[in-house]
Amino acid sequence: MDFNFSEEQTMIRDSLARLLRDQYDFETRRKVAESDTGWRPEMWQQFAELGLLGAAFSEDDGGLGGNAIDSMIIMEEFGKALVVEPYVPTVVCAGGFLKHAGTAAQKEEHLTAIIGGESVFAFAYAEPRGRYDLHDLETTARKDGGGYVLNGHKAVVIGAPWASHLIVTARTSGERRDRDGISVFIVEKGADGITTRDYPTVDGRRASEVYFENVSVPADAMIGEEGKALPLIERVVDEATAAVCAEATGAMGVAQTMTVEYSRQRKQFGVAIGKFQVLQHRMVDMFMEHEQSISMTYMATLKLDEDDVARKKAVSGAKVRIGQGGRFVGQEAVQIHGGMGMTDELAIGHYFKRLTMIDSEFGNVDYHMRRYTALSGEGQKVAAE
Amino acid sequence: MNLEFTPEEIEFRKEVRAFIEENYPERLRGVGLREDLSRDDMLAWHRILGEKGWSVPSWPEEYGGTDWTPTQKYIWSEENARMDTIMPLPFGASMVGPVIYTFGSEEMKARHLPGIREGKVWWCQGYSEPGAGSDLASLKTTAVRDGDHYVINGQKTWTTLAQHADWGFFLCRTDPNASKPQEGISFILADMNTPGIEVKPIKTIDGGVEVNETWLTDVRVPVENLVGEENKGWTYAKFLLAHERSGIAGVARSKRGVERLRNIASTELLEGKPLIQDDDFIRKIGQLEIDLTALEFTELRTLAGEAQGKGPGPESSILKVKGTEIQQRLTELTLEAVGHYGHPYFRGFPEDGSNEFPIGPDYAHQAAPSYFNMRKTSIYGGSNEIQRNIITKMILGL
Repeated sequence: MDFNFSEEQTMIRDSLARLLRDQYDFETRRKVAESDTGWRPEMWQQFAELGLLGAAFSEDDGGLGGNAIDSMIIMEEFGKALVVEPYVPTVVCAGGFLKHAGTAAQKEEHLTAIIGGESVFAFAYAEPRGRYDLHDLETTARKDGGGYVLNGHKAVVIGAPWASHLIVTARTSGERRDRDGISVFIVEKGADGITTRDYPTVDGRRASEVYFENVSVPADAMIGEEGKALPLIERVVDEATAAVCAEATGAMGVAQTMTVEYSRQRKQFGVAIGKFQVLQHRMVDMFMEHEQSISMTYMATLKLDEDDVARKKAVSGAKVRIGQGGRFVGQEAVQIHGGMGMTDELAIGHYFKRLTMIDSEFGNVDYHMRRYTALSGEGQKVAAE
Repeated sequence: MNLEFTPEEIEFRKEVRAFIEENYPERLRGVGLREDLSRDDMLAWHRILGEKGWSVPSWPEEYGGTDWTPTQKYIWSEENARMDTIMPLPFGASMVGPVIYTFGSEEMKARHLPGIREGKVWWCQGYSEPGAGSDLASLKTTAVRDGDHYVINGQKTWTTLAQHADWGFFLCRTDPNASKPQEGISFILADMNTPGIEVKPIKTIDGGVEVNETWLTDVRVPVENLVGEENKGWTYAKFLLAHERSGIAGVARSKRGVERLRNIASTELLEGKPLIQDDDFIRKIGQLEIDLTALEFTELRTLAGEAQGKGPGPESSILKVKGTEIQQRLTELTLEAVGHYGHPYFRGFPEDGSNEFPIGPDYAHQAAPSYFNMRKTSIYGGSNEIQRNIITKMILGL
């Protein structure tokens, strides 16, 4: 067992932290989030130049030879600065599908463009009636000659307004909630028959409702095997979940230290409120939640390549703990900031909002607790064996 | 970063497992630590490990420790937990031992360390007093220099298992006029057979007599029993508490406890189905396991930091708080799981050697006593509120 980061990983963290400190301060971030586009394509180019977009891919795939730990480091730093740019949908999700199941031609076309910062992806998997179940799909992909025709409605597709491409999950056969019959497609967002309604999200990002009406895609738009994609989708979503856990960890750490700092400055009854034991102990609890979140993020990330049961339990365990920790840290941070915590002007409320929204990304506490307990019993091996 | 065990570590696990399976006393298998065991039973495994050289793995090698890496220590705890072994008690091996080899004279090390290592000498801890619990520095027991002796007077309390102790380590006030209460305290060792030491049992809510009051009346202790310097005892006391905290997480034991709880919940029925299929109950177990995993990885991170020369620092307070919360929740859920059969009170009933059937399933017998007993964990070793004060000061800097 080894809990140390490699030199390359430390370098990625340091150079990214420097870039974000210089160009991603809270005021700039707020202006960008409120601008027409809502993101900075030029920042995305800088991420590409820094090698962030290729860090987690093997050298064979055109990357820098890293893995999920690199994504974890990047996402933790993104969490600290509340970065809105779509690293998870593009690199972790689209990149993950291509990495695990893409053909040589698909990788050549899309992975290269992802790593170079030319293609931006959104992951269209959620549906209005599906909640967190990845297999609860009403979107269909009907075979048509050499290709497929897609029809359906994808909900709250994060980053879709900025995307050049979509990864779409759709049913090629079976009934709405069947685990079989699910396939994954790469679709150009500008394809005929796609319409979107774009909107801002409460945590400063952009998303779309995406409608597919007889959208024709060629056969080679499919990633993986027809009708058998659910295990692949589950794996990629677990990797994305671990990545947002890292993001939450970064955000939690900042919310906690900002709160401690505020309690040092703010005076009531003639003393800094940080002198009150009732607040001190709550800030200690915030500190402990953050530490436990770091631990769970490491644990889940390090287990992403284990067998399905071990991976799912690890990721669900982490998402439960981090959903709970994020809620606790966010709520306490606002409470200890008092009225100022309620204002849009201060950063703390924005960390609270992001932490709150992370809980319902890729399944909330209840969803992951159900998945975790359903998997216990199976795979209930003592670590010793 | 990776979680893989190296081939050497896998080999080490095999070696450790085989040693425990071959050498752990047959009569103690499945017994678990209980204070109604005999002194010899409680020391049996410690003595076997002493001969093997494994009784104090965290000590420096020159004093009989090992060069085990954090991963090896992790494997060691897991393998012992797997067999529910009765490990060396902390008072000697992980409390006074490290204080002696860090701050004691060469003579003191030579005199005391072998007995601790080999499990021949039983130690007890004289810290708390009736008026000095969380506010330990307000302790009133005095040690007054008289020629080549200190004369100790006062009362200690919560002296765990002092009924078996050969030696004790005591915090005593040697300078009543020091400017701060922390500054006039000394760390003194005393032979428990010295005239004037009287140990009286305190019965606790679980029905046990694990702790005692220790009265000290004109107890004459040779000055060479002073550890380090006079009036510097608080520094040594804090060092000891930090050491105590890092072992206190009890991860491997709690993992075993969760396994036992799962087995109980698979046997107990609710509405005709195993309790473990009940959504409410399984969710509580799930939460416990998840929190235990978080603790496990926090401990692993701490150990990795220690291997790089950091700590054990104030971070170990997290392990104490979270570790004890989990131990408590585990016994709470176990008591919940056994239902009606948590009620019968079993201490000494049926008497040893009697042919009477015990009442209810075996696994229920210790459920209530363990639950009540484990309430101590968030109180001892610096209460969990004191741990939060430590983090406030040392980490948050408030």
